[in-house]
Amino acid sequence: MTDTSHSSAVPTSSLYAHDARTKKRNAAEARFKAYGMVAIAIGLIMLVTLMVTIFGKGLGAFQQTFITMNVELLESKLDKSGTRDLEKIKKVSTFGYAPIIKGAFQTTVDAEGIETALKTKDMAKLLSKSAASQLRDFVIENPDKIGTTVEFRFLANSRVDGYLKGRVTRDSIANDKNITSAQLDFVDQLRAAGVLFKTFNIDFIIGADASDQRPEAAGIGVAMMGSLFMMLVVLALALPIGVAASMYLEEFAPQNIWTDIIEVNISNLAAVPSIVFGILGLAVFINYMHLPQSAPLVGGLVLTLMTLPTIIISTRASLKSVPPSIRDAALGVGASKMQSVFHHVLPLAAPGILTGTIIGLAQALGETAPLLLIGMIGFIASNAPTSIGEGLLSPNSAMPAQIYEWAKRADPAFYERAWGGIIILLLFLVTMNTIAVILRRRFERRW
Amino acid sequence: MPVLWLVLIILGLAALGFIMGRQRALKSAGGDSRKLHSLPNYYGANVALSVLVPSFGVLIVWLLAQPMLIDRAVSAMIPPELIPENTTTGLVMSDVRRVAEGLDVAVEKGAMSASEANSVRSEFTDLRARLGDVGVALGQDVRPEVLRAAQRYRTLNATGNMALTIVICLVAVAGFINALRHCTAEYRARNVVERAILVILMAAASIAILSTIGIVLSMLFESVNFFGLHRWTDFFFGTTWAPNFRGDSELSILPLLWGTLYISFIALLVAVPVGLFAAIYLSEYAGSKTRSFAKPLLEILAGIPTIVYGLFALLTVGPLLVKVFGQGDNGLLGVEWMSGATSVLTAGIVMGIMLIPFVSSLSDDIINAVPQSMRDGSLGLGATKSETIRQVVVPAALPGIVGAILLAASRAIGETMIVVMGAGAIAKFSVNPLESMTTITTRIVSQLTGDGDFASPETLVAFALGLTLFVLTLGLNVLALYIVRKYREQYE
Amino acid sequence: MYDAPSLGAQVEQQDIKISAKKVQVYYGDTHAIKDVDIEIESKTVTAFIGPSGCGKSTFLRCLNRMNDTIDICRVEGDIILDGEDIYDKKVDPVQLRAKVGMVFQKPNPFPKSIYDNIAYGPRIHGLAKSKADLDEIVEKSLRRGAIWNEVKDRLHAPGTGLSGGQQQRLCIARAIATEPEVLLMDEPCSALDPIATAQVEELIDELRNQYSVVIVTHSMQQAARVSQKTAFFHLGHLVEYGATGNIFTTPQDERTESYITGRIG
Repeated sequence: MTDTSHSSAVPTSSLYAHDARTKKRNAAEARFKAYGMVAIAIGLIMLVTLMVTIFGKGLGAFQQTFITMNVELLESKLDKSGTRDLEKIKKVSTFGYAPIIKGAFQTTVDAEGIETALKTKDMAKLLSKSAASQLRDFVIENPDKIGTTVEFRFLANSRVDGYLKGRVTRDSIANDKNITSAQLDFVDQLRAAGVLFKTFNIDFIIGADASDQRPEAAGIGVAMMGSLFMMLVVLALALPIGVAASMYLEEFAPQNIWTDIIEVNISNLAAVPSIVFGILGLAVFINYMHLPQSAPLVGGLVLTLMTLPTIIISTRASLKSVPPSIRDAALGVGASKMQSVFHHVLPLAAPGILTGTIIGLAQALGETAPLLLIGMIGFIASNAPTSIGEGLLSPNSAMPAQIYEWAKRADPAFYERAWGGIIILLLFLVTMNTIAVILRRRFERRW
Repeated sequence: MPVLWLVLIILGLAALGFIMGRQRALKSAGGDSRKLHSLPNYYGANVALSVLVPSFGVLIVWLLAQPMLIDRAVSAMIPPELIPENTTTGLVMSDVRRVAEGLDVAVEKGAMSASEANSVRSEFTDLRARLGDVGVALGQDVRPEVLRAAQRYRTLNATGNMALTIVICLVAVAGFINALRHCTAEYRARNVVERAILVILMAAASIAILSTIGIVLSMLFESVNFFGLHRWTDFFFGTTWAPNFRGDSELSILPLLWGTLYISFIALLVAVPVGLFAAIYLSEYAGSKTRSFAKPLLEILAGIPTIVYGLFALLTVGPLLVKVFGQGDNGLLGVEWMSGATSVLTAGIVMGIMLIPFVSSLSDDIINAVPQSMRDGSLGLGATKSETIRQVVVPAALPGIVGAILLAASRAIGETMIVVMGAGAIAKFSVNPLESMTTITTRIVSQLTGDGDFASPETLVAFALGLTLFVLTLGLNVLALYIVRKYREQYE
Repeated sequence: MYDAPSLGAQVEQQDIKISAKKVQVYYGDTHAIKDVDIEIESKTVTAFIGPSGCGKSTFLRCLNRMNDTIDICRVEGDIILDGEDIYDKKVDPVQLRAKVGMVFQKPNPFPKSIYDNIAYGPRIHGLAKSKADLDEIVEKSLRRGAIWNEVKDRLHAPGTGLSGGQQQRLCIARAIATEPEVLLMDEPCSALDPIATAQVEELIDELRNQYSVVIVTHSMQQAARVSQKTAFFHLGHLVEYGATGNIFTTPQDERTESYITGRIG
């Protein structure tokens, strides 16, 4: 091959030289690709922003400010008769305990050698409004302790808590009647003395919601129980019904109009706005069937109807992925159609069904809108249910509904709790989805 | 809980039936299960199902029908002239039920004997006070007609429950005996059981239909009630949304619809370009490594509950927008265009973020459905990748992408928490995205969660709104699914 | 035994359009093309034959760098087009592909009108100055694609509505519209019925007057009918390359003979 062999085939244009048009086209190409990258970046930045916001604002809720003091339970105030008669002790209202708390502050100030011009009345205001009832509950529980000195850990009120967390500053309290600069000075002194400190707060995770006045005492535990009971209802109903429905549609249903209607119906039901299911729940379960309002049972029923299409769709997909040869093999040894499905197809599809169910449950767990309509907000469920029946029927809230409730309240201290609640909710969702992913990875079969 | 007892009785009988049926069948074959037509368990299952299916069927139908029949019987007792102005029979009926429940509680707590509860006269006794003592608060004194209706309601309920118990027991026992008779070696138990299971499966599949019917009927009934109290012309063609308690509310859907569509539009403005470009990048440009990393991360956005987005709108995005567009001289732009954190823009942006993964994963599927040969054809002609995408792939995928956008729009229209927390509560026609506006879903929540009287038009309007929302989203979905299916068929 | 280059030298002196030297192609860890040397002449139809999976399509796709679109594919060696290495860093595959057009196994008209299908290439490469110019290119290409008479009345109907054979001729016309110098055809008739195949083969024969055509085919008869030169690939090797008549009547390599006589493949 010599160069002369190319002589008559003079290239019309060299591939090495790029004309202006190609350059322009390549620039357009680069731009287009950049748009794509920007889009991905926007999505990821949003995700990061969301996560940073949630954790930045919510982690604080897991810590709370406490004040530890030795409280002298004066007999003269709590049990004047000295008979330790429980009925009489109960007659002393929480107001009767105020002097005890003031006294405790005085003792603490003296013991720690703190110099302050603050009156004990103002010191007592640093505590949560629940402090007096906390004392009273203790005394009623242990009447024999009257007259002794007991160490107590009180919740500091939300302003003090906010001060330690940086939410409340000396500038921000200018118009705040609930706390003064002098009180903050005193907080600093107590903190230096180790009496006042910030520490992990288990009550946020296991406790009940508290009234508007006491954000520092609010917890998500009871709402968590409400969610748990709802999920039990969803699991108990949606899984069997969903699997049965999918089995019928995938394995047995004849090709006719009825089947078509059901299929179209299910795919459309999956896209019905969740609030519509709330309206259904309100109209049918509460107004027509007179089931109790705000009960996790009703919430569970509504969420079941909402989750069913999701579960049916994923179950059908996993039934479909079992190859027909398995069915043929079973039928070939004389099994009935029903036996081939129950003995072979269903077990093989089980991991997929389970994965779909967990994802459906996770969706239901985070759903809020329908719960608003069946009354799972707007009140304080103060006690954790003690039995399954009570758990299903007594009014309760649910995690997302509780978060919404906190977000609506006026005191910004509740916002921190709302974000904190979201962290817990997301932890549940992440756990559920991880389990689903692991199930899928471990048991997924490639046919 | 008579129902709970009934359920337990049925279950017990079924378990017993299973064991007995199995034994009887074995005995009839002389203890040699090979002589049976079906496996012994099928004979047991046959008996158990014969007990369970009919009795649970009757139980469910009965429980659904009884309240309706009793309501009808009792409401007939209330003469129409006794129904006060501006209320409906439904409202009086809820009084009746409340009194009846109160009497139940009183009897249960021993504050009243059973016979007294049935004969007590409000003319002679201060029933309100007595019920108040046992913790049942009534809004007003009990009128004699209401009390009589309540007593009738209680008797009917008691009779109904008694009849229910008897009928269910009879049905269960009849099924039990009938099936037990069939436990002979020749009986084709498996076929019968399988047919029964098939029926159960079919019933489960029909629940989807039932819930749709439930949705439509429940909203339709209350909407009819609403249109009985409120002019439909005002609802559909009025221009003002101003509920009040004086009885002359203006309840028009148009301003709400405007707010809904405006917010959805902004959400799509955010979600469609970002989602579409993300899908294009992921399916056409990204290497497998980027894809396996970016795709799941984006999908996390779709798995985050809407309450989180709502909070994000209310507490983060809203205040941020106020910092930019509001607060006069302290704001970043030094303008005073925005005062509150809730606005169309706040809700729209956040909803857009929520929809990004929705649009991108749908579009991703759709773009991947465009055959590779199409891309090859274009690349083989010397087109660049972007030219191929813009001029061949996207036009080919366009119907599918339109379908995906319609699905996203339907999502946006039906979304509740983000707008409840981020959009505001003022119904108006305005094109300023920095003002707060309200949406259909927001109003449904607020009309149904307030303290409003349930039978008032201000509450019932929520059902009409819900029905409109349902029809709107359903229409969009059906259209979108149809388009997407047609599109997929094209390449299959 | 391996003597393809000397065989190439034996044929009468012709202009060399593409010359490939020591080309290796890898798909991930798989070595798909091994040491292929070949010279493709201008204004000639060259056929690549061989059993399935022998690498003939892969090699064809190297000639206009279509393999670039597959992430895991790696090409080594030199492929020279008109004295320029097409795998040189300076070469833009976009410009290369305008010069080396390609027709695929399955007809793949774009879901656009017939006119837009043809006009697509000229538009992206900016070949037409005006609408009239473009009309002219479209008509010329359709005529050369031997399909003008069938579609001239419905230029704005969708290209996907044509029959399989028409679609494939449309795709050939579409490839011609960008004025390529080489036309690569990857089993262009495998999805067509015998009548449509005959029409396309006739067209290929006409195209020889202006272009170098490289055609991959499964059918030995087709190779014999349309090509002047034939290359036989086996397991990634170029086994034999020479004038079509010689390959089919007096193959030098026993593998070629086995294939032609139907013992392998």
